[in-house]
Amino acid sequence: MELKTQPFVLNIGPSHPSTHGVFRMRVVLDGEVIVDLEPMFGYLHRGIEKLAEGRTYTQNIPFTDRFDYVTSMLNNLAYVQAVEKLAGIKVPERAEYLRVIMAEMMRIAKHLLAIGFFTSDLGAMMTPLLYMWREREKLVDLFEMVCGQRLTYNYMRIGGVSGDIPPEFLPALKKFLKEMPGFVDEYDQLLATNEILLARTKGIGVLPADLAINCSCSGPMLRASGVKWDIRKADPYLVYDRFNFDIPIGTVGDVYDRYRVRIEEIRQSVRILEQAIEQLPQGDICAKVPNLLRPPKGETYARIESQTGELGFYLVSDGSIAPYRWRVRSPELLNLTVLREISRGWKIADLMAIFSSIDIALGEVDR
Amino acid sequence: MALTLKHLFRKKVTTQFPEKRLETSRRIRGQQFVWRSDLCTGCATCAKSCPHGIIHIETSKNGGNKYLVDKIEFDIGRCMFCGLCVEACPYNALYMGQSYEQGRYSRILLWADKETVMSPDNKMSAYGHPEMEADMPEQTLLVYGQISKDTVGKDD
Amino acid sequence: MNHWYYFVDLFAKVRTTFVEWLQSVNLPSSLIIFIDSIIGITLLILIVFPVVMLFTWMERRFIARFQLRPGPNRCGPLGLFYPIADGIKLLTKEFIMPAKGDKLIHWIAPVILFFSALMIFAVFPIGKGEMGAFSDLNIGILYIVAIGSLAVIGIFMAGWGSNNKYSLIGAMRGVAQLISYEVPMVLAILGVVLIVGSLQMSELVSKQTVPFILLQPLGFLIYFIGAMTELNRSPMDMIEADSEIVAGYFTEYSGMKFAMFYIGEYINTLAVAIIATTLFLSGWKGPFLPVWLWFVVKVLAVFMFILWTRATLIRLRIDQVMAFSWKFLLPLALINVFITAAEVLAWQEWMSGWESFPWPFIFVNFAIAGALIFLWSKLFLNLGGGRIEIGPIRAGYSQGYGADPQAPIS
Repeated sequence: MELKTQPFVLNIGPSHPSTHGVFRMRVVLDGEVIVDLEPMFGYLHRGIEKLAEGRTYTQNIPFTDRFDYVTSMLNNLAYVQAVEKLAGIKVPERAEYLRVIMAEMMRIAKHLLAIGFFTSDLGAMMTPLLYMWREREKLVDLFEMVCGQRLTYNYMRIGGVSGDIPPEFLPALKKFLKEMPGFVDEYDQLLATNEILLARTKGIGVLPADLAINCSCSGPMLRASGVKWDIRKADPYLVYDRFNFDIPIGTVGDVYDRYRVRIEEIRQSVRILEQAIEQLPQGDICAKVPNLLRPPKGETYARIESQTGELGFYLVSDGSIAPYRWRVRSPELLNLTVLREISRGWKIADLMAIFSSIDIALGEVDR
Repeated sequence: MALTLKHLFRKKVTTQFPEKRLETSRRIRGQQFVWRSDLCTGCATCAKSCPHGIIHIETSKNGGNKYLVDKIEFDIGRCMFCGLCVEACPYNALYMGQSYEQGRYSRILLWADKETVMSPDNKMSAYGHPEMEADMPEQTLLVYGQISKDTVGKDD
Repeated sequence: MNHWYYFVDLFAKVRTTFVEWLQSVNLPSSLIIFIDSIIGITLLILIVFPVVMLFTWMERRFIARFQLRPGPNRCGPLGLFYPIADGIKLLTKEFIMPAKGDKLIHWIAPVILFFSALMIFAVFPIGKGEMGAFSDLNIGILYIVAIGSLAVIGIFMAGWGSNNKYSLIGAMRGVAQLISYEVPMVLAILGVVLIVGSLQMSELVSKQTVPFILLQPLGFLIYFIGAMTELNRSPMDMIEADSEIVAGYFTEYSGMKFAMFYIGEYINTLAVAIIATTLFLSGWKGPFLPVWLWFVVKVLAVFMFILWTRATLIRLRIDQVMAFSWKFLLPLALINVFITAAEVLAWQEWMSGWESFPWPFIFVNFAIAGALIFLWSKLFLNLGGGRIEIGPIRAGYSQGYGADPQAPIS
């Protein structure tokens, strides 16, 4: 005799303790098994792309901070590179090295946060989260030393960076980099041999490589599925071709692999930072750029490897002081579109694990 | 599990605010503005460079080259503290403050008018003014284990 | 000498003295029993409530120390008035009732949970001898197990009466989890009862010349894991998982009803800690310190261990929890009972009782426990693969990938 059941709809609403922001999902459940899922975002849409059409190129830089508000400098970097590409401005070498240093520090900070929130969403009562947060605080102190703010940095300018690093910056950063591998090893060993974590994350939410490529995923999600694609190696920007580093890739593409890829990326970022500090040259920090920049008419696309994937800016200019149109290729939104495919057939508890392994910040999803 | 047990015996990393505070960065983009009326010429470059247009300036002619600034007001409630105005000023007349506790009970009180920004109580921050940095105290850094102002200058 | 003896066994002595005084006044004996019960209840409440408030304070400060921060320290010296502040806040909040919820069930659920937790305290031996417990039933352990199962009803009623899908999911998970962990827990207790030969709580303590944790390591482990699950504490707190289903079965409760759930959970924790101390850690026995102080120390040690696991481990999924209970704990508990029974008989045959020479007994038990756990986890346990399908399995679900494209999306 077959048991008759009926699927019911659960609304995992905009305000929820473990969606990383205001994100809504309509989930059709059969008992505890997910049958269908419909993501609804747009609760944080601020119309930045439209606002940007009325402001000059320099005035737009603080707006780009507010996309993925945790890693503001990477968003600044992508925008500023797009403008420089369009206007043909050459950036001095010290500025490029400083940009690389800041970008890698931001990557470490965001990955730490992602891992911390991942364990917190799985239920660890915030203890690993606070340990990660303590390490991130050390980095945020260094950012505050350079540009004066702790969250929205507004550090990159068209043609370089806004301020040089004070003399206390490098010794503090070196001390941090000396302690960091030990810290990562400690937590890697703790969480990688934890039976409960392995049982909760292995084999869950598998993203096959061809589905990832077809849905234009990028970043750690793509690399965890086994595709070796990193823009820092494939299409190098800034001075990344002068550093030795590896790209960690996973095998299966499940939640556990994404988590491991992020930890390995922290190690590789530490490697890049050590080499960048050694090679840092003296010189100018910003090229001479007119105050009201008028790039020639045309369009361009510039992309960087941000912490969740390929962050691209498509910029159209009509020769005036404000951009004609700006379009952001937001990696987190595109990564989020596969949520429906990879979470069908799993349970609600797994849905939270899968969702936090995609690692979004709603500012970027909704712009 | 042994890891959390180890952490039980380590020092705390939090600061008991407001009894103890941290020393902020020298370049902090605080929530105040400090305006030097002797250097300002009323050119309103800062107002033009603000992404939101929160700076309101009214000037009148004084004879001679400089304008007399009648009214200069900042809407702190809508400001995002990006610092573009400070960088844009060609006469180094605008500074950002050091305070991060400018909360008020209503939005109207968040307008900083001429007396507030000219007041000598405001501490200037060195953002955009690198010549001021040498005189200011160093920042407390967690990477050296410093969790309050008293531990500045001592290594971990 | 007299004063020291009095001080050593406070709870029992106070009651004995009072009853003797009442008898000397020549009151009718039924009235004596009545007044004695009132005294006992008062003493119990005086002990239980402050301790529970202390537990809530300890939880926040102790877990905060694991997280390298001080914890609440503003309200009163060292933050000791926090439970009082919590109580006042919860008392003054509005009782929100979901409009379509079942009103009667919504009201009764916290009451059931709270009072079933309180009733367990009647049989705990806090002092030596007959007057050591409030009422030293000779079926003490059976009473505890029976009352402890009432909590399931409370949780289910709370989830149903809230008219909220989150609460219902939490309640369903709760019922499944709680009833499946009672069985191994009772079997672990059965091991101890086999050794002692009586269900009476004071007998269990007085017969522990060697603490039973040494004689029954497997039993202690099974009991402890089962009890932590019954308390809905990490790592098995998915019925109130506040990162998935916002607070589970008590989402819709506020004010004093929520306070009853909250305090009921801590009273249960205290009860579990006391049972663990009584059965396995030899209760109030110990060399130098007074009787009740040893008791307090052991209970606090058990509670700190529970807090330590809460601060560290992440939570399991519901089907993993069920697989753990039915495939791992239950067989081990059964094997434990068989082995204990065999050992008790064997020792009685060959050595006239185990009290005379328990040490080989201890070694054998530890070796068997270690071997069993190792073997069982390698051979039979597959936490990730334990799946319980609650419903029809449509084509394509069996591995968790893909879905039925014709399934209706409502």
